[in-house]
Amino acid sequence: MEDGQDAKIVVDGLNAWYGSVQALRDVSLTILDRKVTAVIGPSGCGKSTFIRCLNRMHEVAPHTRVQGKVTLDGQDIYAPGVDPVTIRRRVGMVFQRPNPFPTMSIFDNVAAGLKLGGLAPKAYLADIVEKALRQAALWDEVKYMLKRNGTALSGGQQQRLCIARALAVEPEVLLMDEPCSALDPITTLAIEELLQELSREYTIIIVTHNMQQAARVSDKAAFLFMGEDRTGFLVEYGDTKEIFTNPKDPRTEGYITGRFG
Amino acid sequence: MNNRPSYLRRKITNYTMMGLCGLATVIAIGVLLLVVGYTLANGISFFNLEFVTQTARPLGEPGGGMRNEILGTMVLVGLATLFGLPVSLLAGAYLSEFGGGRVGTAVRLVADVLAGVPSVVIGIFVYVLVVVPMGTFSALSGGIALAIIMLPVIARTTEEMMKLVPTTHREAALALGIRRWRTIVSVVMPGALVGIVTGSMLALARIAGETAPLIFTALGNRFGFSGLNQPIAALPIQIWRYAVSPYNTWHEQAWAASFLLVMLVLIISVLVRWFTSRLNH
Amino acid sequence: MRQALIKEQAQTPGKWWRRWLRWPASSGDWVFQTLTLLAALCLVGLLVAMALYLLAEAWPSVTLFGPAFLTSTAWDPVRGVFGALPAVYGTLATSAIAMIVAVPLSMGVAIFLAELAPDWLRAPASFLVEMLAAIPSVVLGLWGLFVMVPLIRDPVEQWLGGNLGFIPLFQGPPFGVGFLAGGLILTVMSLPLITAVARDSILAVPNSQREAMLALGATHWETISRAVLPYARSGIIAGVILGLGRALGETMAVTMVIGNGYQVTLQLFAPANTMASKIATEFNEASGDVYIGALVELALVLFAVTLVVNIIGRLLVYWTVSDTSTRGQ
Repeated sequence: MEDGQDAKIVVDGLNAWYGSVQALRDVSLTILDRKVTAVIGPSGCGKSTFIRCLNRMHEVAPHTRVQGKVTLDGQDIYAPGVDPVTIRRRVGMVFQRPNPFPTMSIFDNVAAGLKLGGLAPKAYLADIVEKALRQAALWDEVKYMLKRNGTALSGGQQQRLCIARALAVEPEVLLMDEPCSALDPITTLAIEELLQELSREYTIIIVTHNMQQAARVSDKAAFLFMGEDRTGFLVEYGDTKEIFTNPKDPRTEGYITGRFG
Repeated sequence: MNNRPSYLRRKITNYTMMGLCGLATVIAIGVLLLVVGYTLANGISFFNLEFVTQTARPLGEPGGGMRNEILGTMVLVGLATLFGLPVSLLAGAYLSEFGGGRVGTAVRLVADVLAGVPSVVIGIFVYVLVVVPMGTFSALSGGIALAIIMLPVIARTTEEMMKLVPTTHREAALALGIRRWRTIVSVVMPGALVGIVTGSMLALARIAGETAPLIFTALGNRFGFSGLNQPIAALPIQIWRYAVSPYNTWHEQAWAASFLLVMLVLIISVLVRWFTSRLNH
Repeated sequence: MRQALIKEQAQTPGKWWRRWLRWPASSGDWVFQTLTLLAALCLVGLLVAMALYLLAEAWPSVTLFGPAFLTSTAWDPVRGVFGALPAVYGTLATSAIAMIVAVPLSMGVAIFLAELAPDWLRAPASFLVEMLAAIPSVVLGLWGLFVMVPLIRDPVEQWLGGNLGFIPLFQGPPFGVGFLAGGLILTVMSLPLITAVARDSILAVPNSQREAMLALGATHWETISRAVLPYARSGIIAGVILGLGRALGETMAVTMVIGNGYQVTLQLFAPANTMASKIATEFNEASGDVYIGALVELALVLFAVTLVVNIIGRLLVYWTVSDTSTRGQ
C-alpha cells in the first residue's frame, strides 16, 4: 500500500443477526481513511446490514444482535461502555430513500444534528449550514428558500439535503446506503461527482447495486455474496480497478460480468 | 466527545424523560388497579348469593339484594340489542361495502361524532322523543337510549371487521355468479362474525354500566319488571342513588353492585382480548 | 362479464334512479344497498333529530331568557329565573383541570407504549390503560366519592390551603368535593382516549424518521422529541381534542364528586356543577316548562359544544391518517 493510506475502520470477524436469522458471517476488512469504498453484491446479501453495523444502527431494529469487533481509529465501537450516540456522531449516514424531517424548514433540517444539545452558537450555525449545503451541491438551489419546508424539494434535492444534514455535524466517516436508488440518472450523476469532492475530507462507504457506479466512484470495493442459508459473507475485497478488471474469485467475476451483460 | 459537558446533560435528560414516561404509565395503570382493586376487594365482602336472589329490604333491615336491578339491566341491555344491533350491522355493512364515496365519509364522520355525544344528552333527547309523548318513564325508552349509544360504536366495529375480510373472498363468490348482496350476507359477514361479536360484546358491557341516560328514561324503580311501558330498575342507577345516600348499609349494597358491574366488564374484556389474540396467531 | 357488470353497478354509488329503471334485473342488490344506506342515514337522522328535539323542548327557556341565559348566574326554580354561566364555567374549569393533568400524563403513557416499552410489556400495558376507559362512570364516581374525595380533603387540600393559601386558587374551606375532585375524575376518564389516539399516531411515524435522527447522533429521547413527536403532532392534537370532548360531557362520576354548588369562583376547593351534572342532579325534580326548558337548553349547549369539538377532533384524525399514508416513507 502507498503512503497516506491509513486504516480508518477495521472490521474483524463481524457477525450480525435479525432474530435467529444470521445476516452476516465473519466479515473482516479494513476501510481506508479518506477513500471511497463501495460495497457491492446481490440483493439480500447483507450490504445494508454491514454498513449499519459500522455506526451501530443495526441494533436500532428490534431483536438484532452483533458479534465481532469493529474499531474506529483503534477504538472498539462495540466495547462495553461505548455510547452508540457518540459513534453515530462520528459516523454519519445517508439512507436509501430521502428522509428529511417534514415539520422542519430546509435550514432546520441541516441544522438538526447541530442543535442537539445546543452545541453550535447561533452565529456559527448559519455558516455551518451554508457550508454543508455547498458541500452537498445544493446551496445555489435553496439559498433563497431556506425557510421553506424540506419536503417542498424534488427527490434528488431532498437526498442532497439529507447529505447536507449528515455533513453538517462534520462526521469522520459517511455511510451511504444506496443513496441513488430512488433518483433519476442526472441527479445520480450529480451525487457521484459530489462523492469525489467529499472523499478529500471524508471516509465514504457506499452501498450500491449499480456496478458502473461502483466502478466510477470508488477506490476500494468489497463484494458480498450469500450462500444457500441466505447469510451474507465477504468474497473479495481490494482496489476497485483490480476487482473489476481482474477478479480473483469466480463468483465476483460472474456477478460483475453478469451485471455488465 | 465524551468530555463535552453538554453530552452528560443530554444523557441525563434522556434517562430522566424516559423515566418520566415510565412513571406516567405506572400512574395510569396504578389508578386502574386502585379503582378496580378497591371495588373488587370492598365489593366482594358485601356480595353474596342473597344479593343476586333477593330484592331490597326496607331501610334498617340488614340483607336484601338487587335481583330486580340485575334483571332490569338485563332487560334494558336486551332491548338495546334488539333495537340497536340490526341497524348497526346494516349501517356497518354500508360503510364497509358501499361507503367509499362522499356519503360514506359523511356517515363515518357522523357516526364518530355521535359516539362522542355525551350520554346525558342522549338521555334528554330520548326523554323528549319517547318519554314525553308516552307520558311515562319506561323500560322501552331506556332501551332506546342505550341503543342510540351503542349504535355508532357497533356500526364502526362492523365496518372495520368487514373491511378485514380479504377482497379475494368477495371476488371468489362473485365469480361463482353469486349476487353481491348474497356475497355480503353469506361470505363477508360470516367472515367478520367473530370480530363483530367480540366488538359488540365490549359495547354491551359498556352500556350495561351507563347511568346518565337511564335517569331520564327508565327512571329506575325498586320493583321487578312490570311491562315495557313502565319504569324499570337498573343496577347503575341504584349504585348512584345508594352512593349519595347517607346510609352505610346502602353504601355496602352500592359496592356489591359495583363489584358485579366491574366483574362483568373485566371478564368480557379479558375474554375478548384472549379471543382476538388467539385469532391473530 | 355479467358478474363484472353487476359488480360495477353495485359499486357505482351515484345515479340511484338509474337502478330503478333496471329493476328487477339486479333488484336484490339494490334493495340490500338501499337498506344498508337507510340504516346508515339513521345515524345522520339521529344527530339532526337530536338538535331539533332538544331545541324544541328548550324553546320556552330560549325565548324567555335569550342570550342572557349564558351570562346569568341566577338559578332559582322558585322564581323561575335560570342562568347557565356557573354550569358552563364549571364544565370549562373541570375540563381545564383534567386537560392540565391528563395531557402530559397521556403523552408520557403514549410515548412509553409506542416507543419505550419492551415487547412483552407493550400489549398488556396497552390493555390495562384501555381498561381504564371501560370502568363504568358510576363505579368511578363511587370510588371517587368514598376513596378519592376524603384524600383530597385531607391531606391534599389541607396542605395546599395551609402552604399555598396566598394563591386564590387554594383559598376557601377544604370541602373535598368540588372543582378539583371533578377535574381529577375527568382526568381519569379522558386519559385512555388521549393516550390511545396519541399512541396510534406515534406508531404511524415511519421508521426512516427515527433512523434519520438517530444517525445524526441523537439520544433516544432527542429522537422522540425532535423527530417522532413533531411528525405525529396533528394526531396528538386530535387525541387531546377528543379527550376534551369526553371530559366536557362526562356525567355520573363528576356529578358524584363535584358537590352540587353553583358559583363562578377561582377557588378550586369550592363545590360546583357542570352542565352535565346539573342536568343529572335536577332533571327528575324539575317541573314546569321553563325549568325543564332551562335544563334541556343546558343539554343543547353541551350538545353543540361537544359536537364542534368532536368534529374538529375527528377531521384531524382523518386528515392525519390520510396524510401519513401519502407521506409514508
